[in-house]
Amino acid sequence: MQPKLSLLTDDLIERILDEAYQLLLKPGIKVQNEEARKLLADAGAQVDEETMVVHIPAQIAKAALQTVPKKFQLFDYDGNLAVEYGGDTVQFDPGSSGISVLDPDTLEQKTAESADLIRLLKVAEQLPQYDAQSTAVVCHDVPKEIHDLYRLYLVLLYSKKAIVTGAFSNKNIQHMIDMVAIMSGGADKLRSKPRAVFDVCPSPPLIWSNFGAGNLMALARAGMPAEIVSMPLAGAAAPVTLIGAVTQHAAECLAGITIHQLAKAGSPIVWGGAPAIFDMRKGGTPMGAVETAMIDSSYAQVGKSLGMPTHAYMGATDSKRLDMQAGLESGITAMIGALSGINMISGSGMLDFLLCHSAEKLVIDAEGVAMAQRMLQGMKIHTETLATGFYEGVNFKGGDFLKQRITMQLFQKEQNMPSAIIDRNSMRGWKEGGSLDTFDRAKVRVNKLLASYRRPELDPAQESQLHAFVLDLAKQAGIESLPILEDFQPA
Amino acid sequence: MSEELFKEMAQSIIDGDSDISTELAKKSIELNIHPLEAITKGFVVGVTYIGDQFGLGEAFLPELVMAGEAMKSAIAVLEPELLKLGEAREMMGKVVLATVEGDIHEIGKTLVGTMLSASGFEVVDLGVDQSADKIIGKALEINADIIGMSALLTTTMVRQREVIEELDKEGLRPRIKVMVGGAPITQDWVKKIKADGYSEDAIGAVKIAKELVGKE
Repeated sequence: MQPKLSLLTDDLIERILDEAYQLLLKPGIKVQNEEARKLLADAGAQVDEETMVVHIPAQIAKAALQTVPKKFQLFDYDGNLAVEYGGDTVQFDPGSSGISVLDPDTLEQKTAESADLIRLLKVAEQLPQYDAQSTAVVCHDVPKEIHDLYRLYLVLLYSKKAIVTGAFSNKNIQHMIDMVAIMSGGADKLRSKPRAVFDVCPSPPLIWSNFGAGNLMALARAGMPAEIVSMPLAGAAAPVTLIGAVTQHAAECLAGITIHQLAKAGSPIVWGGAPAIFDMRKGGTPMGAVETAMIDSSYAQVGKSLGMPTHAYMGATDSKRLDMQAGLESGITAMIGALSGINMISGSGMLDFLLCHSAEKLVIDAEGVAMAQRMLQGMKIHTETLATGFYEGVNFKGGDFLKQRITMQLFQKEQNMPSAIIDRNSMRGWKEGGSLDTFDRAKVRVNKLLASYRRPELDPAQESQLHAFVLDLAKQAGIESLPILEDFQPA
Repeated sequence: MSEELFKEMAQSIIDGDSDISTELAKKSIELNIHPLEAITKGFVVGVTYIGDQFGLGEAFLPELVMAGEAMKSAIAVLEPELLKLGEAREMMGKVVLATVEGDIHEIGKTLVGTMLSASGFEVVDLGVDQSADKIIGKALEINADIIGMSALLTTTMVRQREVIEELDKEGLRPRIKVMVGGAPITQDWVKKIKADGYSEDAIGAVKIAKELVGKE
């Protein structure tokens, strides 16, 4: 039985949804995209063109919920099932869109470039705890006009995993869909076996920007999975109460789903987010706060009550170093996310309010993810009797159970085997191993993973088509060539 | 008598109570207390106190914002009285605030605006998604001493540099000083784009602004 955390009663979920539907009507949703407003107006919503505020009656949103797929899947480069959205499946991917990386030697944050993203991809590619890759950091060695799609370009070249990504402009969303299609052998093949999900963000409170709404419609029409990342900031851009923030989250998601399904009914979309409480001392948005995780857990429960696939940003820290704060915030929130049955939990590897990424943190977080996944397997019953059958031939001696065949057969099913990141040495053994702390051990493990990485064998024709496609966009953005990449020579 | 009133005024700001600060401002007019005295000996004392407490970690952002709002209400009553006397509050300086083009985040910037106003600056807040032309145009129009620019996204923080380059090109610096802020902004970035000032929070921003206009 998968253990589950429920912060809301059914009655409370009903009240949240009731008030969320009320918000859709009053004050309504500000929709800054003309075409989206028209879709909503045609469906029967009342639109004030001057203020761009749309008053959406509940039945329009409820009709949209009827056509949303309850589940959908993502596939890897080879066409294997990689990620299942829907129900209570729990999967993890590294956080996305960081701007810097933590240099493991200087401990300074350095502005991310191509080599830094590739380093993260190499590590995440080899960690089975990450069910998908993400476009983890923005590479500042290319012009900003192609920041979003260039990240995806590197992921497509250095990974076979499913991908969580997102566009920074309406113009680039189609380019990015086309890029994934190239590596899937065409748009039709991509549609039948989607490899990527695209994040789309409303703007709190209750706003769907021109860009956000535009992306929703483009993704719906392309049949590419969209993932709503609603981010109420409790106390600043949303009510200060956690439950109020959850309600605003529901309203923003319902409005998004409505626009999305009106553009094309039946397209997959995820009930996701990156909310936070608003820190009243520093004005920050702490991702490691337990209240932030409580908002996540609760909105996921609301989404599940509607049968929606779910996503959340958890497993990250606000600490600047890979220290105890990083460990406890990342581990606790990852565990809360897992126990909430959230389908895709993004955030591993990230520090400093999702600004900074770290390969060393990715390998540490992978251990937390493994613990959470073990927790989800719950208490298992492998044997007919729970214990009595184990005692034959046991002579009240410690160690007797080690001799049992069943111990050998079952221990790996019962115990998660951590990597060397988790220290279970004796003091002597630990000292002989160099007295390494968690961060030291993470550096060792990252170096091992970097050494063992081989760029996947991809279809060379697809690779050169992808390269030509991105190079063309890069030229339009004002550069003559793309950065030279390790182990990749375009034909 | 007025000592007691000044204390109440300061307290109304500390409590963030606009109703009471408005009432006390009106009362001071009835009692023929000079509006400037009411501001400096009464209300400003409250703002300074809350600012100090915030710096010490004893007060929090909601208290800061509410104090700023209470201050605004009191000033709204007292300013017309000053004008009647043919006087004006000596302002610290004029500031144009904006979130840069392509960016719609404004919580931090609005907070800076509130605290600057409460501290005696004349603030024009242009809002979000503002182009370099609009920001500089407004600064010239009101003869601003400072332009304050916010950016939350790394994709938009480059716009801060564009505004500074434009100002340099037009030869408007150092006449107009530039302050920048926002989550991704680092001291390195400030140096790189040659901004004049930067602060982590709204209270720090007031201090920097005062320095930039030479009143600290």
